[in-house]
Amino acid sequence: MIVEDAICSFCGCLCDDINVEVEEGKIKRVRHACRLGSSKILGHERIKAPMIRRGGELCMVSYQEAYDRAAEILLRAQKPLLYGWASTVCEAQKKGILLAEEVGGVLDSTATVCHGPSVIGIEEKGLPGATLGQVKNRADTIVFWGCNPAEAHPRHSLRYSSNVCGRFTPEGRAGRKIVVVDVRETRTSKNADKTVIIQPGTDYEVISALRMLVAGKGDVVPDEVGGVPKAELDGLAKTLLAARFGAVFFGLGITHSRGRYKNIDNALSLVTELNSHTKFVIMPMRGHYNVGGIGQVLAWSSGFPMSVDFTRNAPYFNPGETAACDLLAKADTDAALIIAADAASNFPRAAVEALAKIPVIQIDPYENPTTLISEVVIPSAIAGVEAEGTAYRMDGMALRMRKLVDTSYPSDEEILSHILESVHRLQRGLER
Amino acid sequence: MISGRTLAQGAGCECKMSPDFLKAVSLCHLSKGDYDALGLCEGKNVQLKNEFGQVVLAPKVDAGLRQGMVFIPMGPWANVLVGPDTGGCGTPQFKGIEVEVEATDASVLEIRDLFRGLRRAQT
Amino acid sequence: MIIKGGIVYDPANGIFGEEMDLCVDEGRMAEDGKGEVIDARGLLVMPGGVDAHSHIAGTKVNTGRIMRPDDARLGIEPRSGVCRPCTGYTVPNCYAIGYRYARMGYTTAFEAATPIIEARHTHEELEEIPILDKGALTLFGTNWEVMECVRDKDIGKLAAYVAWGLRSARGYGVKIVNPGGGEAWGFGSNVKGPNDPVPNFDVTGAEIICGLAQANEMLRLPHSIHLHFNNLGKPGNYTTALETLELLKDIKPSRMRQVVHVAHMQFSAYGGTSWRDFESKAPVIADYFNSHNHATMDLGQLLFGSATTMTADAPLEYGNARLTHNKWSNHDIELEESSGVVPMVYFRKMLVNAVQWAIGLELALLTRDPWKVLMTTDHPNGSPFINYPEVITLLMSKPKRDAEMATLHEQLPKRTSLGGIERELDWTEIAIMTRAAPARILGLEDKGHFGPGADADISIYDLRPEEVDPSRDHALVKKALAAAKYTIKSGIVVSQKGQILAAPPGRTLR
Repeated sequence: MIVEDAICSFCGCLCDDINVEVEEGKIKRVRHACRLGSSKILGHERIKAPMIRRGGELCMVSYQEAYDRAAEILLRAQKPLLYGWASTVCEAQKKGILLAEEVGGVLDSTATVCHGPSVIGIEEKGLPGATLGQVKNRADTIVFWGCNPAEAHPRHSLRYSSNVCGRFTPEGRAGRKIVVVDVRETRTSKNADKTVIIQPGTDYEVISALRMLVAGKGDVVPDEVGGVPKAELDGLAKTLLAARFGAVFFGLGITHSRGRYKNIDNALSLVTELNSHTKFVIMPMRGHYNVGGIGQVLAWSSGFPMSVDFTRNAPYFNPGETAACDLLAKADTDAALIIAADAASNFPRAAVEALAKIPVIQIDPYENPTTLISEVVIPSAIAGVEAEGTAYRMDGMALRMRKLVDTSYPSDEEILSHILESVHRLQRGLER
Repeated sequence: MISGRTLAQGAGCECKMSPDFLKAVSLCHLSKGDYDALGLCEGKNVQLKNEFGQVVLAPKVDAGLRQGMVFIPMGPWANVLVGPDTGGCGTPQFKGIEVEVEATDASVLEIRDLFRGLRRAQT
Repeated sequence: MIIKGGIVYDPANGIFGEEMDLCVDEGRMAEDGKGEVIDARGLLVMPGGVDAHSHIAGTKVNTGRIMRPDDARLGIEPRSGVCRPCTGYTVPNCYAIGYRYARMGYTTAFEAATPIIEARHTHEELEEIPILDKGALTLFGTNWEVMECVRDKDIGKLAAYVAWGLRSARGYGVKIVNPGGGEAWGFGSNVKGPNDPVPNFDVTGAEIICGLAQANEMLRLPHSIHLHFNNLGKPGNYTTALETLELLKDIKPSRMRQVVHVAHMQFSAYGGTSWRDFESKAPVIADYFNSHNHATMDLGQLLFGSATTMTADAPLEYGNARLTHNKWSNHDIELEESSGVVPMVYFRKMLVNAVQWAIGLELALLTRDPWKVLMTTDHPNGSPFINYPEVITLLMSKPKRDAEMATLHEQLPKRTSLGGIERELDWTEIAIMTRAAPARILGLEDKGHFGPGADADISIYDLRPEEVDPSRDHALVKKALAAAKYTIKSGIVVSQKGQILAAPPGRTLR
């Protein structure tokens, strides 16, 4: 059987033209997907059964035992952290928020180690954006700033940006000007008409210089900014102003480096100002396929898009205090549920050390470094492959992920529902 | 030092316990100039060190990098060198980190060894 | 359930403040009832409120939440009882939307603008809003396929496309926003009026509006086209409004209803040539509605304080952002639309804002037939819906309006006729403008009245209409309207004296 037009559940591109060949309940071949997507859809070695750590070793247990133990850990904790949520569907995220409310925990997503600064930038300035199809159909100028889609979002250029043809862009790549701004040359810059290499940590200064040049105040710009000669920056400003429809895509190159959310704030201002002259939009290159979704679901449920503290029954949001890395750095959390993310790999070492000191519940299809420090491990179906649900693409478009094959593993949503039931049962027991 | 995604890292990130992932991620990209200046050759590794920790990685020449800059694929090896401070915004600074780099004969830690001994004794 | 002794206003059934009992059976109004008895002796009883135009779900609403953590903090209520936690004032979270409407006695609300391609998001949020029955209007006004059908004068194909779009988007009706403008905004410009050609498409806004109106009637949809004019929010735009309404007067409605519903009329009743000589043209607009029967409107009343402007009229939002230097979100949607969000504060001492405030009230008071005018604030553009009791009491009390006007910019009386209007609306007129008329205008046969078989959505207020004089006791009225004594949704008491007792999920109407 061939499943046509399946949606890939790797990155924020959510490519929806994947053909998957299924034989006897197993995925045999994946067509149209990139290396990242086909690797994910084809699958790897799985965690076989739920496990609880006893005497230092993870021992297999029943699902019910694992749910009960997870519930006990969460209820016993003063301030549990419920972290991850990027590689699962919205239905699981909704259950997770309810669980965080029930146990009085902090819910945070992988955004806080990716585009969290972008979210804060958007809180400061708003987001002048568009759907990806708008870029495909209209953009004649595209800037990739601090991002490397050739490796992180391999089909972005073919489906949505540099190389695709649209109604007002019939020539595709040939009709477009592609600019890369980065601290290094990348696979993406090989496809660019112009690459501007800046010194690491100078994004803010370079964006400020461009704002001045765009506003016609070039006289205040020094001869060199961020290692880039003024003449080159002036050329870039002219390229931006000459666009009929321009798009800026930015990545962790500017959210992760000096300035962090201030870089985004400044980039958003640049794009807002460019709209006084021509048409420009800007978009963060979201990594995990549904990291956008947890931001959306959290916002409509709790009013805030990440790092929400429910310990006082009312949502409280203060990144720098309620974000996962801050809680761990300050030993301000005493248990963690890690779902659909690998915190042990992706957090700074000191945060991982703090995580290893508290009881950790892991919900994931695969063994990974988080498994090594977990007390309870609950294997799940792969959302987007073995379980259906909704996901939000990097441009905010909601798409329905189909189930491609059957599985005996419970979905994230089912696991969370069972933990919620165990929590309720334990709460009733405590009341008695 | 900057860290970020590579194709091989991305393709391997769902099977992190495999040797392929180790090979894809425990790398230190650096310029040809720095490679030569450090006296590196086949079989030699690099040790990177800063106030947050130290880690041994396999060197890889990357023509896209300028001298004085190293790139490590995102993941547990790179994160040994990342500090936990978020500057009040929730996000650690994963890029633009100062590190000292030197050649070493020491070998790269296998993933389980990287996490060995981290867990406190729990009942 | 039997509701005993209330003073019932059910204008759709010719009941104007009569003492009577109401019976509920299996969630619907019935001839007989049994079980729970609610004592409503002497109290004001009306059908559950119906909001025909509000921005409560979807991409732009959530964008408003994401870009406004400041606003989220304005409305925090901890989780308690059956209630999930609430946040937000102008952009409340889903739970707050359901509970707060229900507390005021509202049981139905319509999201006013959803692009087809982003409808899934809208429905995800609608599903999460408790208690209320909900619907969503679908945007067609600047859609490539629509424009091509209109250009080719193929109304049959256009109707087929509209039917497909509504079905795909699970939409309720046809919304048109700044027709043609969204396409122009795709390259950063706008159309200047209904007769301005849309760039790259050989059509005008006027042709799009008429084409969609004809398709709407060909499909015999329950609701008419729902129209946000070109040039909205600009001084002098009342001429655009009149010109556009004239386009539609000869189209025959396929049902007993209007041919066009005008969204948030207040924002399109502006005189003057610039903000400097800005003035109300509400009397001219009201005259038009008084002398024509093909159009209805909702107010889009503006109140002073915080708001969040959000609309599919993206160039308007860019203008707002430039004007206020506030943060700006824009969202262009391929093939279909554009949209924007900008936070806003309306000030008493700013003459323009004071005139805008007056225009909404003038429209409601000068239009003689209340069946043509719905009370809305275009939530959260003019003000959040939570302030409906303020609007209602302004409409019911001349002394309140006079007292309010005395606190506003001293030039105001020269720019509006409001000060000279003596009319004070009565409970029948309020029941029409907040219940019966929105249901009729939307074509919701089971809403907005108490006839047998109607949905048992009932609001009971702690007010004795036979004793209270809303003109004088407006403060008392406002307090009572803010928290119904009972709100009953499909036969279930969901709110009592402001406390949410039950939070059933509500339905999506389509």
